[in-house]
Amino acid sequence: MNIVVTVKQVPDTWAEKKLDASDKTVDRKSVDNVMNEMDEYGVEEALKIKEAHGGEVTVVTMGPEKAVETIRKALSMGADKAVHLTDESLHGSDALATSAALAKVISTLSPDLIITSSEASDARGGVMGALLAERLGLPQLTQARKVTVDPGANKVSVERLADNGYALVEATLPAVVGVVEKINQPRYPSFKGIMAAKKKPLTKLSAADAGLDAGSVGLAGATSTVVDAQPAPPRQSGTIVKDEGDGGAKVAAFLAAQKLI
Amino acid sequence: MLDDDVRQVIASTRRFVRERVVPAEAEIERTDAIPPDLRRAAAAMGLFGFAVPEEYGGLGLDMSAEVQLVFELGYTTPAFRSMFGTNNGIAGHVLLEGATQEQKKAYLPLIASGEWTAAFALTEENAGSDPAGLATSARRDGDEWVINGAKRFITNAPLADVFMVFARTDPGAEGGHGITAFMVERDAPGLSVGPKDHKMGQAGAWTADVLLADVRVPASAVIGGEDGVGRGYATAMRCLAHGRIHIAALCVGLAQRLVDESVAYAATRVQGGGVIGTHQLVQGLLADSATDLYAARALVVDVAARFDDGSDTRIGPSCAKYFASEAVGRVADRAVQIHGGAGYMRGVPVERFYRDARLFRIYEGTSQIQQIVIARQLLRDAGVR
Ligand SMILES: Cc1cc2nc3c(=O)[nH]c(=O)nc-3n(C[C@H](O)[C@H](O)[C@H](O)COP(=O)(O)OP(=O)(O)OC[C@H]3O[C@@H](n4cnc5c(N)ncnc54)[C@H](O)[C@@H]3O)c2cc1C
Ligand SMILES: Cc1cc2nc3c(=O)[nH]c(=O)nc-3n(C[C@H](O)[C@H](O)[C@H](O)COP(=O)(O)OP(=O)(O)OC[C@H]3O[C@@H](n4cnc5c(N)ncnc54)[C@H](O)[C@@H]3O)c2cc1C
Repeated sequence: MNIVVTVKQVPDTWAEKKLDASDKTVDRKSVDNVMNEMDEYGVEEALKIKEAHGGEVTVVTMGPEKAVETIRKALSMGADKAVHLTDESLHGSDALATSAALAKVISTLSPDLIITSSEASDARGGVMGALLAERLGLPQLTQARKVTVDPGANKVSVERLADNGYALVEATLPAVVGVVEKINQPRYPSFKGIMAAKKKPLTKLSAADAGLDAGSVGLAGATSTVVDAQPAPPRQSGTIVKDEGDGGAKVAAFLAAQKLI
Repeated sequence: MLDDDVRQVIASTRRFVRERVVPAEAEIERTDAIPPDLRRAAAAMGLFGFAVPEEYGGLGLDMSAEVQLVFELGYTTPAFRSMFGTNNGIAGHVLLEGATQEQKKAYLPLIASGEWTAAFALTEENAGSDPAGLATSARRDGDEWVINGAKRFITNAPLADVFMVFARTDPGAEGGHGITAFMVERDAPGLSVGPKDHKMGQAGAWTADVLLADVRVPASAVIGGEDGVGRGYATAMRCLAHGRIHIAALCVGLAQRLVDESVAYAATRVQGGGVIGTHQLVQGLLADSATDLYAARALVVDVAARFDDGSDTRIGPSCAKYFASEAVGRVADRAVQIHGGAGYMRGVPVERFYRDARLFRIYEGTSQIQQIVIARQLLRDAGVR
């Protein structure tokens, strides 16, 4: 099994996220950056499939120089090699442009299986799996809470999370699988893994290396633009209802006024 | 080891401790056991061998890196660290300090991977602070040695696969000179382990007696081979110096946790119309604890650096263990105080840590023994014999 897993470096979940004033993109410089937490589940699932069926796990990321830390984390968890697409011109790519760039890189790796997680904690688009599948012309199995691969039959099946249970869906390989965090418990990088990570192959590609047309990526190629952004207003203090025998009626009236009942 | 790797090892350990072990503390306390999945995860990460050199399958952290790692391990129940503490610490170090090349090659990988749990069996009923007075004997019989005696309070004895047993091989020699270290496997006929001791704290970490009745071991079981005969006591003392810095770092980690628990409680507990942290008397407790923590941490970092460059391998380790273990005792006492009546109740972490912390002033050399080691060395350096 030749497995590709996509990972993204994001601002720490706990950090206050800000937009860069000049171009309204996420400010990644002033905060601690970590591997998108959901991607840890993707890496774990890729490693489990590799451990069960043999093969190789390749990590693919697009991001600034610093994103190499996230690649190294995935390698220290046990992935075999990595491709890092990094170029000033990629800055500001929207989901469409990012998927085009990643698809281009992934197609050169001819994987049997591509694993993504359901969303990144910074932009929370949740569309990358679907976009990649579309661009690569592959079946997509998203929201997977369980993945079963049958390389002999060239098949992958997943339990797809549904509102009141799950749906069993199946596809032929190669396919794109998007996993949810219920799927597994990501391992912690082992000490040996951490030391081995630096020695694993890491290919760094510029936009030109990847054969990307500069006009189609980055802010220049974005099909959507953030025109303006405002921080969420501070939360107002709530309404206090004093119970003088009629508390229940007052609460009901309040809820009715909000059109909640 | 590169600094960057060390940082990642510490970060990985920190997350593991806080995400997996801290939430399991109450269960560990209730069941008096470390859940098997935590043990497996710890072994998979490499926690059983961080102090064992890379060539023997470990991580080979130097003391300065080890104390940073142990600060993280100290943040949760000491029972977690105890599970692999003897492998990295006193027992594993017997091999590192005293074993032949063949012995190291054969056994250290088993210890570093966690396949084996190793125990350090020095203390006896009548030989605690003065282990040179131990009575366990080993007598040569052809190519074999026959060991007889009883060891007490041996950490991890109930689950150990191998014991580093210290026994007197030369009844005529004075003090530590006639003592030899043996590696005895658990299934050796005549070796038995007593019932688990019922301890004050550190539930989930086990100690027990180890009884040796005509236990026969081959000559190859002598740590250090034929040259190791009579050298066991010196080996034990070297292991203890490393172990003292390790325990001091553990105390710092626990003190950090206690300060965090204290601050969190003082910031939320309301009495008399405000949070108790607004009272200057409570602030005094917090400030004293933070100061103890900062002092202990700085001391341990400094002592570890001097241990690594060889400039101080005797006074420093004892000063660190003495100060940090006493400091964490004070910090735990204040944490209970800050929690008021809740601090006296089972189920509240600081109550548990208060009991857990008490051990640190006792094992691997009591505070009084550290004072003696420190003062004797100072006087020796001044030419007093
Ligand atoms: C939970 C636990 C785990 C342990 N694990 C191990 C282990 O894995 N392996 C092992 O070999 N041992 C282990 N020990 C034993 C431990 O190292 C001893 O308990 C410790 O060294 C103290 O010895 P003792 O209990 O015999 O006390 P004693 O030596 O009897 O001391 C009693 C008191 O007298 C004081 N005292 C003794 N001699 C002097 C002196 N010369 N000057 C001033 N004061 C003195 C002591 O400070 C202490 O206050 C463990 C003990 C405990 C409680
Ligand atoms: C075993 C046990 C038996 C008990 N038995 C009884 C009983 O029979 N009947 C009964 O009524 N109660 C009983 N209590 C309750 C006991 O009296 C209270 O726990 C005690 O008064 C402390 O109150 P608290 O636990 O709410 O702590 P808190 O009042 O919350 O105190 C927390 C910390 O804040 C400090 N603090 C609080 N206010 C101030 C201030 N103004 N200035 C400076 N510092 C402050 C305290 O000193 C303490 O360090 C018992 C408690 C225990 C543990």
